[in-house]
Amino acid sequence: MKKLVHLLFGDPKKFFTPFNLISGFIMLVGLGLIGLRLAKGLGAVTNLTQTTPWGIWIGFDVMSGVALAAGGYTLAATVHIFGLKKYEPLVRPAILTGFLGYVFVVLGLILDLGRPWRMPLIMIFPRGVTSVLFEVGMCVAAYLTVQLLEFVPAFWEWLQWDGLRSFWGKLTVWLSILGVVLSTLHQSSLGSLFLLAPTKLFPLWYSPYLPLFFFVSSIVAGLSMVIVESSLSHRLFAYRLPASSHFDLDDLTLGLAKAAAVVLWVYFFLKLIGLSELGRWDLLLTPYGHLFLVEMLGFVALPCVLYTLGVRTRNVKLVRFTGGWTVIGIIFNRLNISVIAFNWQIHPHYHPSWMEITVSVTLVTMGIWLFRWLVNRLPVLSHEKPETGTNTLKDLWAAGAGGA
Amino acid sequence: MEDKTKPVVTVSTKEGAPDLGRRNFLKIFGAGGAMAMLTPGAAKAAGAVVKSKKDDAMGVLVDTTLCIGCRSCEAACNDVNKLPQPKRSFDDDSVLNEHRDTSPREWTVVNRYNMKNGAQITRKQQCMSCIEPACSSACIIRALEKQPDGAVTWREDLCLGCRYCMVACPFDMPKFEYSKAVPRIRKCQFCFTRQEKGQQPGCAEACPVQALKFGRRSDLIEEARKRIEGNPKGYIDHIYGEHEAGGTSWLYLAGVPHDELGLPKMSSQNYPELTAGAAGTVPAVLLIWPALLAGFHYFSHGKDDAHEDRSHHDASQKGSR
Repeated sequence: MKKLVHLLFGDPKKFFTPFNLISGFIMLVGLGLIGLRLAKGLGAVTNLTQTTPWGIWIGFDVMSGVALAAGGYTLAATVHIFGLKKYEPLVRPAILTGFLGYVFVVLGLILDLGRPWRMPLIMIFPRGVTSVLFEVGMCVAAYLTVQLLEFVPAFWEWLQWDGLRSFWGKLTVWLSILGVVLSTLHQSSLGSLFLLAPTKLFPLWYSPYLPLFFFVSSIVAGLSMVIVESSLSHRLFAYRLPASSHFDLDDLTLGLAKAAAVVLWVYFFLKLIGLSELGRWDLLLTPYGHLFLVEMLGFVALPCVLYTLGVRTRNVKLVRFTGGWTVIGIIFNRLNISVIAFNWQIHPHYHPSWMEITVSVTLVTMGIWLFRWLVNRLPVLSHEKPETGTNTLKDLWAAGAGGA
Repeated sequence: MEDKTKPVVTVSTKEGAPDLGRRNFLKIFGAGGAMAMLTPGAAKAAGAVVKSKKDDAMGVLVDTTLCIGCRSCEAACNDVNKLPQPKRSFDDDSVLNEHRDTSPREWTVVNRYNMKNGAQITRKQQCMSCIEPACSSACIIRALEKQPDGAVTWREDLCLGCRYCMVACPFDMPKFEYSKAVPRIRKCQFCFTRQEKGQQPGCAEACPVQALKFGRRSDLIEEARKRIEGNPKGYIDHIYGEHEAGGTSWLYLAGVPHDELGLPKMSSQNYPELTAGAAGTVPAVLLIWPALLAGFHYFSHGKDDAHEDRSHHDASQKGSR
């Protein structure tokens, strides 16, 4: 019994850390608010109105969440399709981050949908096949499954089911290809959603190229998230790595940064092309224009320069900072399009309630807890035996402890 | 269903819905998938071929020069749709002092607009029943549907409550029950059940001054033209809704520019076309991407990597290569 408790919750004595206490408190409040939303409807917790039907649960939880979870398909493609094998140690944590990202995107969506129990109907009665949202829904559902299938080898290794693990290896390439196809479709379609709102989205953000912008920036988002996530998890979970770490994270980080820099420059020039086709330079002088400039210069051009600089001078610290900065920039972009510059003509403009923010933070926190829980048990960061703890169920059971 | 390849959408098929979307989809699938991916404009141009016999459906001509702001239409709407009783009675004209939007409880509202010259004009607002509705093209499960008689209806048994229809509608007409645990989308549905029985919409029947004229849309446009020609000084030479947002079933005549009566300036852009190009890329991505990626993979690494395995099999694999 004690062993089971350890397996599930780790060492109870190590449980009450400041991080656990604070994040645990947030989650308790968040769960209460989720209960309130389910019992009393969206109006009880959100600031949504008849003219602003989408708030941060869509703008942050879904729009930003999907973009930032792009590390899974990006890294899987890098390693399994394009054959850059040296990045392999980063693939599994990236896929786990992506998978959990999508899990919480779907949870966020369930809270935002008025009638979430109807979700399966879109597959039973596929009536809205030409709706962009239908495409997003189907692709997210399919990709969630693909990511689960991409991650389960970690379970097979944990259970030491070698036959199954070996069979699964043959699926890797095909799952990676499927992941890229599905991601191309739904990452871009999240941008297409706003093509239907030409009068509501501020013209500087509205563009027929929105799907292209969303897809290209998702690659940058994915790469930047992997830079941030790998740096954090290799510091926080250093004990989960084998004594002789067999790869140089700094080198890989610089490689990812190089790719991110190239794609981000492409994105910057695509945005410039979109802007010059629009030809409304005068709008840059309006308050929303200033916001657009902050995004374009501060969160696209600046990280372009910083990534390039960081790669050229092999400054890993600068690259990691830029990774975090770019992640914030992508969130800023998605929020601008779906919330801030959306309904720009409507006053007073929507702003999220503290309850909406708390629920969003709760979902992110739950994702972090789940990530930690899995990393501490399964062979995620490394396949070899780590410094402390074990990578298999058998060893874990024998040792009688499961890590925090 | 008749021949699906015909690029003509009729609104008089037996099944009802014009189903623009699926045909657009097939058309693009067949013709312009790859092209649409490269040029967002291409699908739009192709989409322009699609024409509905939109003038055959029913509509209402609203003559704001005749409206007296009595709110009989509001009362009738409330009655025939069995909506909750309002807080203030329909006889209470003081509600006109403030601007009101339609809501889940009020599917039509009359607002009063004060002109610069001191004149006061009242105008009724409700779902415009677009010929090619943005809400329906946005709907993930087509819970919102264009009916052959012109109405845009909502099906409770399908709706997921995603509210993309509200994002898409240029007139902000679909309303959501934010205060309910099991919410619905509520809006004017052009009294489609009454229309099926051969009756007029409740509001049009109730109007005491014939400011609302129900009829075939083509006839109403003709009628509107006649009224403008017969009194060129009394009317602005524009029928709002004839082309706005691709055309609407509800048409407005006014003696002042329509935007002064709260009707937003809008291009003749047909909304479903806005996303048709993006939807058209789906088959192209599905066909081209896997082949390209798999081809790249095998071309550059040979087939051994398909069996590539990460963990403790690494050693044996190195041996085999």
